Amino acid sequence: MRRLTFDRVLSVSLIAPSILAVAVFVYGLIAWTGFVSTTKWNSLSPDYSSAGLDNFVAIFNYPRFQLDLRNTVVFTLVFVAVSLAIGLFLANLLDRKIRGEGVFRSIFLFPMAISFIVTGVVWKWLLTPSSGVNLLVGLDPAQNKWLTDPSVLHIPTGTILNDIGLGFLATNQWGVPIALLSIVIAAVWQMSGFVMALYLAGLRGIPDELREAARVDGASEARIFRHVVLPLLTPVTVTAVIILGHISLKIYDLTVAMSPTGLGFATDFPATYMWQTAFFANQFARGAAVAVVMLVLIATLIVPYLIWNRRQEVDR
Amino acid sequence: MSKRLSALLAVVALLVLACGGSTATHSPAPTGGQTPAPTATAAPTLAASCQSDASKTPVEVQGWWTTGGEANGFNKIIAMFNDANPTTCVYNAAIAGGAGSVAQGRIKAAVLAGLPPDTFQVHMGHELLDTYVNIPGGSVMAPLDDLFAANGFNDQFPANVLAIISSDGHPYSVPLNIHRANELWYNKTIFAANNLQPPTTWAEFETAAATLKTAGVTPLAVGDSGIWANGMIFETVLIGTLGADAFLGLWTGATSWDDPKVTEALNEYKKILDPANGWINTDHSSLSWDQAADKLIDGSAAMTIMGDWANGEFTAKQFPDYGWAPAPGNADIYQALSDSFGLPVKAQHPDQTKLFLAWLGSAEAQAIFNPYKGSIAANTTSGNPPAGELQYNDYQISAAADWKTNTIVPSMEHGAAANPAWSSAINDVLTSFVTDLDVTAAQAALVTAAAGFNQ
Repeated sequence: MRRLTFDRVLSVSLIAPSILAVAVFVYGLIAWTGFVSTTKWNSLSPDYSSAGLDNFVAIFNYPRFQLDLRNTVVFTLVFVAVSLAIGLFLANLLDRKIRGEGVFRSIFLFPMAISFIVTGVVWKWLLTPSSGVNLLVGLDPAQNKWLTDPSVLHIPTGTILNDIGLGFLATNQWGVPIALLSIVIAAVWQMSGFVMALYLAGLRGIPDELREAARVDGASEARIFRHVVLPLLTPVTVTAVIILGHISLKIYDLTVAMSPTGLGFATDFPATYMWQTAFFANQFARGAAVAVVMLVLIATLIVPYLIWNRRQEVDR
Repeated sequence: MSKRLSALLAVVALLVLACGGSTATHSPAPTGGQTPAPTATAAPTLAASCQSDASKTPVEVQGWWTTGGEANGFNKIIAMFNDANPTTCVYNAAIAGGAGSVAQGRIKAAVLAGLPPDTFQVHMGHELLDTYVNIPGGSVMAPLDDLFAANGFNDQFPANVLAIISSDGHPYSVPLNIHRANELWYNKTIFAANNLQPPTTWAEFETAAATLKTAGVTPLAVGDSGIWANGMIFETVLIGTLGADAFLGLWTGATSWDDPKVTEALNEYKKILDPANGWINTDHSSLSWDQAADKLIDGSAAMTIMGDWANGEFTAKQFPDYGWAPAPGNADIYQALSDSFGLPVKAQHPDQTKLFLAWLGSAEAQAIFNPYKGSIAANTTSGNPPAGELQYNDYQISAAADWKTNTIVPSMEHGAAANPAWSSAINDVLTSFVTDLDVTAAQAALVTAAAGFNQ
């Protein structure tokens, strides 16, 4: 055992309060929520008798929660993909050593500094059919319903899917609600500048020699981008996916400001459902179960990332 | 795990969750009031003024009236009580947030922790009874039989209200006001121009809607960004189709939710909402109830179905040209909701709180408070406010007359008829119904919801 020096005592005592706080208020409460999700605490009076997995069975059988999961998956996929594409595009534009790069960088990055609530309110005004975009561009509110369009895009029924026993895929439950895309627009507006900044830093880290070498070998600019630049940007992409993914999996403030549940739950998310279940319906155990499902969803994204990160550090 | 530790953890968990959810999603904001005046007496000032006086017993009242007429009126009757009871200091620890969306979470957390305020605001009926009274482990609210008997409240409040606030024959809260939910509001000029009378049945409503649509006016303005506003329409259709008794039966189990009359009501409700008919505004889901009422003011819509806080909205916007009538088929039926106050078992100062509750239930306090709130007195012996005080307006005078003669039924959307879990489940059914308009699926889901929660 190493000797107890003053430095060691000092460092431990400095770290201890935050470790204690994190232990109680993060991990302690995660454990507590996990415990509550297996109890019968579905009224104001705590009932800690075990309900097993009943709460989970109940929420997974509840149509609203099924739609919430659909929305989460659709939102995450579209939001992350579009943000990455726009961020990468903007970063490449800025990487041309243009004049006033700093100004453009700030302009693109600024939306990130705004709270999701503010973004939500502004985009709600913009995407309400009777005002905003429709009024600016002169579109017909009856045709362009944006946030208030409850229709769900899905694979047409009666196709080959039915013959191979996958007919259920061609239903609303497996579609993309149009209203949800309005929320994607707002979220992309806010976060793509951040992705741009990440990619820009990544691009700056790629030595010019590599591109030069490829050019000498006769590669076209498109091929250089595809086979030299993109692979080198992989760590940036992974980081961006993790950051955007965890934002979108627990999205709450933006959707509550724009459209809390939406017609036909088109813009409902697990966080909204969790809050309403716990604090309006007094079903605390069910609310905790929803929280646990959200945690698991995020963990499936974060844990592999942490492992990957750790391996990279070991490799170094 | 010790009981105290688990209670502490429960509170922490609630607070952490509550802090995340500070925005209203279900906000039936009955902010109606006569005067859109700024808050004259802010709660903290009132609290600070007498709390610091050690000779007075502090009584904490928690609610969500922080601005406008409702806060002015409430602070006024608190001040009158404090003047009359020099040894007591009642203070209003209100937390802002539409319809208590924030305050309710805080109150629940405080009650769970065993540290409730002395009294708090809660909608009368199942929101009170099923959240705080009929729960495993026993009621956390004290029955108020003595208080009601000593003050004659059993004779002063209507029997139907006593039934709504009581569990097993014991009253658990004192209703301070009564709002009406099932009211139709219309633009008089548009109705006159189209030679229309307020529809008294849903069939008449359909004819009127067709006429108005031909005239290029949206017949019914709806603002259901919070689904409760749409649910209120469904409730008026249910009342109009089933009648008062069968409607009451839906909540007690006497009427089955798969009753053909419920199918009929759902079909009528479907007709109203169906975009193919074009009777309601297409942007309804992006509007709140008051934005829908604005359509009536600017003349782009002719009618709206909303609680009587709409009266306060029209008054505040200085729009005199509105008329009112019971929703179609709802004549002589008064669908009520009420802000009421109860006594937690663990209240720190029960004796002083009881005195204050007796004052809240009194004819005098209710006559002074309700003109500000835009509601009417729950106490039937409450008359006109004394000279020099704010007086009732025309709508309130007519509502008070109806209140004395009509059959009273509770509001589901505002906590009176069903427990919170059940009304949440019904709201979820309606949220789907608004888009898919699938009567069979909705009725099946309503039956399931009732089976889960109806006792």
